Amino acid sequence: MLMNLFKCKGGVKPPTNKTQSITLPIATAPIPSRLVVPLHQSIGGTPRPIVQAGDQVLKGQLIGEADGWISAAVHAPTSGTVVEVAMHVQPHPSGLDAMCVVIAPDGRDEWIAHQPFDYANAAPEAVREYLQQSGVVGLGGAVFPTHGKLTPSKTVPMEELVINGAECEPFITCDDLLMRERAEEVVRGIGIFRDLLQPKKVLIGIEDNKPEAAAAMRAAVGALGEPFSVVVVPTLYPAGGAKQLIRVLTGKEVPAAKRSTDLGVQCFNVATAYTAWRAIAHGEPVVSRLVTVTGNVHAPRNYEVLIGTPMDELLQLATPHPDTDGIIMGGPMMGFLVPDRQVPVIKATNCLIAHDDRLFPPKPPEMPCIRCGSCAQACPHELQPFEMYWFSRAKNFGKTQEYHIFDCIECGCCSFVCPSRIPLVQYFRFAKSEIWAREREKNAADGAKARFEFKQLREEREKAEKAEKLAKAAAAQAAKKAAEAAAAAAAGEPVAEGAAAAEPVAAEASPVPVAVDPEKAAKMATIQAAMERAKAQREASQPKNTEALKSSQQKEIDEIEARRQAAHLTEAAPPAATGEKTE
Amino acid sequence: MEIVLAIAIMALGAVVLGAALGFASIKFKVEGDPLIEKIEAILPQTQCGQCGYPGCKPYAEAIANGDEINKCPPGGTEGVQRLADLLGREVKPLNAEEKPKQIAIIDEQTCIGCTLCIQACPVDAIVGAAKQMHTIVAPLCTGCELCLPPCPVECIRMEPIAENIDNWKWKYPVVEIKAAPLKEAA
Repeated sequence: MLMNLFKCKGGVKPPTNKTQSITLPIATAPIPSRLVVPLHQSIGGTPRPIVQAGDQVLKGQLIGEADGWISAAVHAPTSGTVVEVAMHVQPHPSGLDAMCVVIAPDGRDEWIAHQPFDYANAAPEAVREYLQQSGVVGLGGAVFPTHGKLTPSKTVPMEELVINGAECEPFITCDDLLMRERAEEVVRGIGIFRDLLQPKKVLIGIEDNKPEAAAAMRAAVGALGEPFSVVVVPTLYPAGGAKQLIRVLTGKEVPAAKRSTDLGVQCFNVATAYTAWRAIAHGEPVVSRLVTVTGNVHAPRNYEVLIGTPMDELLQLATPHPDTDGIIMGGPMMGFLVPDRQVPVIKATNCLIAHDDRLFPPKPPEMPCIRCGSCAQACPHELQPFEMYWFSRAKNFGKTQEYHIFDCIECGCCSFVCPSRIPLVQYFRFAKSEIWAREREKNAADGAKARFEFKQLREEREKAEKAEKLAKAAAAQAAKKAAEAAAAAAAGEPVAEGAAAAEPVAAEASPVPVAVDPEKAAKMATIQAAMERAKAQREASQPKNTEALKSSQQKEIDEIEARRQAAHLTEAAPPAATGEKTE
Repeated sequence: MEIVLAIAIMALGAVVLGAALGFASIKFKVEGDPLIEKIEAILPQTQCGQCGYPGCKPYAEAIANGDEINKCPPGGTEGVQRLADLLGREVKPLNAEEKPKQIAIIDEQTCIGCTLCIQACPVDAIVGAAKQMHTIVAPLCTGCELCLPPCPVECIRMEPIAENIDNWKWKYPVVEIKAAPLKEAA
């Protein structure tokens, strides 16, 4: 089929180094001595462990439950005993630990009862959920949960489904071998994606350095009678980047801060299609993947490896040369040296390269930027790496964002061509993670501020409510008293002498005009009553300081009283009867 | 006659412009002080009161009115730097030592459920009820330490936030300087 291809900008042509590992067919790696299965293997929420130390697990048994929609389940790669659920060092550039389930295999490799999923008669939501439960994630390296990409956009019609078999990074050949040997299952997997997304066209892009893979895929597409086009694209790094492959195959350029789905294009890796088919047609969750083991080894080869296999044990299968001093996970352009040889193979591990100084000579020291512009020409996203470098170096992160640092896919083309050997991508990664950290801090601060303000508001409100409640209680009390008084007053009107006898206070108050207003009268009565009570209380309490006097004090008082009487200041009064003071 | 016309034209102009200005002053009235908001956006919103003010907003107001910019230890040296940039003032060293970011942790065995820390927490990061165990909602804790003094059984401690894969950051690329191999003295 003849097809007009489009050109993507930039790109480099590093030595591909792929021929070493394609001479031998895929081999199944033996079950290792122990498996360390990290729970967080895909983008999104960290799955929750649902097993504990001592549990017996079977191959394919769920050990980590997906947490949220963007998260994928994790399964036991073989049968055995759970040794521990603990923190172990991760295949991550940080070299930090994360939660892992450690399994001691029993060697029987016994599957759970599994059966095909009848996806033809299932609702699309059920298929997506099944894929999530099966732990199907993007195996191209980004490990985004696949079910999250299988929902067609409601606004944009799905035009093209792009299947990525480009495998542009040097050394890596696992997708090549997969397409050669298991093309039919890959094509059936693509069929599932097609059924869920309903695109107008399906394009399978394969680089022209993999003619056998392209031929195998063509044969499988023909045999299955699918209307997919297998398109051979020129070998150019990074043609296998999702946005680059979409550009080459469809001519559509995904704008900054937009997704390919906004243009009606979705992209999946061939290995993802394969695992989706295994999950649907055989009920097998993702417990293994193809890994290229190459570099400084005697027998480079592709292995079907259980997730959780220690990298060192896997590398031993290919007999590394004794001068091997490290393991690179991923390719030479985007990969990184793993912090520990014992770290496990995860779903993102497509390649292990035994590192030595002959294959990867140490980089000469960084020199000043001479503003030659080579990096801008090599950048597949048409960014200006030299500007972003300058601002990242100066920690001027606002400016790096103005130069669209978040469109950088960290492909490493700029570092590859830089004549001053500046590790540009490292600067960009540094800037990106600083910006993310700031964003997190800002969000946390905003949340704290909102909660603080709400707390203040709540305290104010509670205070106001309390005051209101007290006022209400007081008013109710007063009303009750008033009602009582009014009742007394009302009772006192018709039979005056009875009321006067029963409640002299009310009787005293009632002679004041009755006709005015019963309510007012009641109020007056209460006030009167209160005043009477207060007066009585005062009278009852005031003489207290003259009670229980000692005889000497009494004598003194008597003397004073006598003097006062003598001075005619006061009338003669019985001593100690009142505590009246002189004015 | 001409002079009257000139005066009339000037008067008319004055009235029109005055009306326009009056309208603009009502229509485009700035609510609050934008400077205070900008300052507050830089402050870390821990509401810890280490600056001597009851919260970040009062301190932002105080800075706008001329108070020192180096009284916020949680904001760190970087916060002082940013405030200095915003206000055109000189950078001063922090008036207290800078601590790594930390969160409070309640020893749940010791907690007696007195609710005093819940009342003290400015950002509602503690959950619990009277005579029930309390606990800190770690993602909401700002590490302000205000819950430490009221606890009658001293069951709250501060722990620095450890680095994990989610909050790990790529380091600034450092050029390694290696010593040249020593040559034998000629």
